Amino acid sequence: MSNATLNPPVGPQDHVQGAPHAPVTLVEYGDFECGHCGRAHPVVQELQRQLGDTLRFVYRSFPLNQAHPHAEHAAEAAESVAAHGGEDAFWEMHDLLFENQEALEDEDLLAYAASTGVDEQAVASDLASGAMATRVHQDFRSGVRSGVNGTPTFFVNGRRYDGDWTDVEAFAADLHALARATAAR
Amino acid sequence: MTSSERSTSTPLVSAGQIAPPFELRATPDQTVSLADFRGRPVVLVFYPADWSPVCGDQIGIYNEMAAEFAEYGAQVLGISVDGAWCHAAFRDARHIHFPLLADFEPKGDVSRRYGAYREKDGFSERALVVIDAAGVVRWSYLSPVGINPGADGIFAALDALTSEQRSQHADAAAGAATHE
Repeated sequence: MSNATLNPPVGPQDHVQGAPHAPVTLVEYGDFECGHCGRAHPVVQELQRQLGDTLRFVYRSFPLNQAHPHAEHAAEAAESVAAHGGEDAFWEMHDLLFENQEALEDEDLLAYAASTGVDEQAVASDLASGAMATRVHQDFRSGVRSGVNGTPTFFVNGRRYDGDWTDVEAFAADLHALARATAAR
Repeated sequence: MTSSERSTSTPLVSAGQIAPPFELRATPDQTVSLADFRGRPVVLVFYPADWSPVCGDQIGIYNEMAAEFAEYGAQVLGISVDGAWCHAAFRDARHIHFPLLADFEPKGDVSRRYGAYREKDGFSERALVVIDAAGVVRWSYLSPVGINPGADGIFAALDALTSEQRSQHADAAAGAATHE
């Protein structure tokens, strides 16, 4: 693990999945249009399955707008869904976006939003006005300050994880070891 | 990184040293020198090669942070041993907005003078150098070559520069006030 430290730490502004007091917190800075992040999505799901209540997962947006023209609106749409439909809707949207990375035009985003139960007109209006841009940029800036060095970048209990996230068994073993160490303290 | 992993003969420049001057080709018909940016902070990004195979590589990530660097008036300059035509193709393909300088002839000369060259590999280290408006090195960092360092250290150094400037301005203002 590196010296790069999550800044700010996980707080009430974050999208959090899993047990609130879990000994291990995994934060992902991701981009909904990034292919590596798409491949990381099932890895995270597998980690959640294996770690169960010992893992809390947080997603922060880090859209690479120069590389990915749809990333910003995808991130804003996810925030809009959270604002209008709550955290469960956000996570449903998060999964839909990573499972449909090949279709991220605005009309696609609105259809995914609608399928989470959120009024798509509200999301359309947020995209048009840029109402969620500040919220997304807040995540991006925190990533800049934390040492994000690509997408996805993971932080484990506040430290950047420089291990190979594509090796899910090794990643899970690292997290299990941390959970045990935290429990023993 | 342990010293045995280093292949450069000289250590990376460090805080307090005068940044070695240089002039390098940015495009096939244009050169850039360090002196061009006197008066504003400069961030030198030494990196091994263009065309690394991941999206959001080190250069790409700093490119995405253009607005953040602009807040400090800081100029980012990438430096590798790739030639100017290679840099031009890479910048076009990845929409890179800051200059990429070709440390190409004599190969690695500037990287070597900064202590950021890997002799046995024949390319630059992954190293970061923040230089202040007066041309003095204020912060430097040598990253393990396989790990992108991110930008947290750069921005912490730029923050330190900015707060120092503010307190100097405040001192100057206070000095002026006592004269009145």
